[in-house]
Amino acid sequence: MSAPVIEVAGLSVRYRTAKGPALAVDDVGFALSPGERLGLVGESGSGKSTTVLALMRMIKPPGAIDGRILLEGRDVLALSEEELRRARFARMSLVPQGAMSSLNPVLRIRSQFADLFAAHGERADGHRIAALLARVGLPAGVADRHPHELSGGMKQRVCIALAIALTPAVILADEPTSALDVVVQKQVLATLGRVQQEIGAAIVLIGHDMALMAHFVDRIGVMYAGRLVETGPVKAVFRAPRHPYTRMLIGALPSLTERRAFQGIPGVPPSLTDRPPGCPFQTRCPAAEARCRTEAPPARTVGPGHEAACHFAEAA
Amino acid sequence: MTGAAPRRTGRLEAIDAGVVFRSGFGGRTAKAALKDATLSIGGDRPTIVAVVGESGSGKTTLTRLLLGFQAPTTGKVAYRGVDLTRMDGAGRRAFRREVQAVFQDPFEVFNPFYRVDHALFTPLKSFRIADDRATALALIERALETVGLRPGETLGRYPHQLSGGQRQRVMIARALLLDPHIILADEPVSMVDASLRSTILQTLLRLKDEAGISLVYVTHDLTTAYQVADSVVVLYAGSVVETGDVEAVIRRPRHPYTRALVDAIPSPDPDVPWDLSATEPTEAGTGLPATGCPFAPRCPRAAVACTAGLPPLAEIDPGRRVRCLFPMEAA
Repeated sequence: MSAPVIEVAGLSVRYRTAKGPALAVDDVGFALSPGERLGLVGESGSGKSTTVLALMRMIKPPGAIDGRILLEGRDVLALSEEELRRARFARMSLVPQGAMSSLNPVLRIRSQFADLFAAHGERADGHRIAALLARVGLPAGVADRHPHELSGGMKQRVCIALAIALTPAVILADEPTSALDVVVQKQVLATLGRVQQEIGAAIVLIGHDMALMAHFVDRIGVMYAGRLVETGPVKAVFRAPRHPYTRMLIGALPSLTERRAFQGIPGVPPSLTDRPPGCPFQTRCPAAEARCRTEAPPARTVGPGHEAACHFAEAA
Repeated sequence: MTGAAPRRTGRLEAIDAGVVFRSGFGGRTAKAALKDATLSIGGDRPTIVAVVGESGSGKTTLTRLLLGFQAPTTGKVAYRGVDLTRMDGAGRRAFRREVQAVFQDPFEVFNPFYRVDHALFTPLKSFRIADDRATALALIERALETVGLRPGETLGRYPHQLSGGQRQRVMIARALLLDPHIILADEPVSMVDASLRSTILQTLLRLKDEAGISLVYVTHDLTTAYQVADSVVVLYAGSVVETGDVEAVIRRPRHPYTRALVDAIPSPDPDVPWDLSATEPTEAGTGLPATGCPFAPRCPRAAVACTAGLPPLAEIDPGRRVRCLFPMEAA
């Protein structure tokens, strides 16, 4: 294993609210090797997007980030504003949620690339832009179009081209295909995977579609109420999930092979301002015992690179 | 619901229904949102029909036609054999009561200033179903229990105090209060988390099995359609491209678009192959215009003949219709 390109430890994001502090991300840690693909899954409000925004240091007050983020050995939280600006997109880029609407509607695609290059002191010639567009499967003529002239899939490809333009070491992609139709979604995901491999970047992919994740990422992280409750090699996690929440999430996946065999997860996630003591999942967990109501379970190693934060992870 | 399922005989049909939107000076620009849509739901036996399509495929237009929110520009939509646009007052009132809808966004359908009770009492009042508040309350409590909500934890709350899944179930309960024959559910789970999705889908299944209600389940998600529906209608760019028994359509898609749709869906088992590399960019297309079959520009089987006109929706097997000149082999 080569040295990790990104190392996250004890990452927390707190928001001050009228009801008291809300812990949106709670003690999240992971490390990624070059070229590695990590998928983060979880319900809405589980802290997936906030984690990714925290990695880019894009949490605004009243939100506060704690913990350590090492990007290629540099402490992201200690960077000056100027250093951070230079690192963004050059070393770590973001394909934001709803990337399709993140393009500037009044600028031609060419200008959006030019802006990015100019911000990093680089010149943008037509060849370079055409090469980037070709890389994501778009004709060079797209450079002269405005965003509204492109289909959703094409806009998403432009966003991917922007994210890889400066060959970053880490790409963060927040639901990059969720607004697209399934056929286009598969094509765009294929392109994202190919260019990510070509430039050798690690990727953190956020998604709510676990089935899609299962086929794209090397490792998967399951988030619940701000915590990473299980991480591990994707096949190991799907074959033998060790956290009850992961097990229920996988059981809730409908498939095209078997009818009516999927189950729901009763209950709702806890409020971030009023979390239950002990394990955050205890209010919905079918296997919860007295200990789960008082004692928060630490992450336990249950296999090679496979951890689960459950008191009974070994027994599962 | 108690006892044997009551007989619910209302049948809702769209027959070659189409909608053309006109815009520009004197309506010179015409855009066909839906062409020749045929669908039948309800009648003798409760069924769930899934209408599957991507954004812009005409799902919403078809839903609006079936609810009578919009009149078709060609063909017709009929309930109990009567054209919706020619119904008398009594017929219209029966239609409004017997055909109910559940919409996509469980956040927008509630008035945030009223408790959810308001959304439940109002239809009972408008249709004069309950004579007094106690009777109304009893009906409401029963409807909430049918959808798996505890009345004590639901009534008296404001919409923002309920989760998306709870709100969506309140809307299903509201539809149930009117004792409907048919429910149109337009993307009822697309804004709900995975953990609650199956709970709601199971509620819909129970309505069919226990209450004998027929459902139109409109969705972009073929997987959930497969989970709940008996038959499926696949829409593409305003045309019905394939219809049939859901098991048959998923196992042996005959229209190339349905095939592409099935292939684009990954199995939740990472060991089942799902080839990403084989699908890379085909948005460039075949170069054929969409003058005939709307799928011709993207279709791997398209030929020049496909551009001549919209192919007919032909019955190629009993109960199976495909709008394609070169359907996939049955094997």
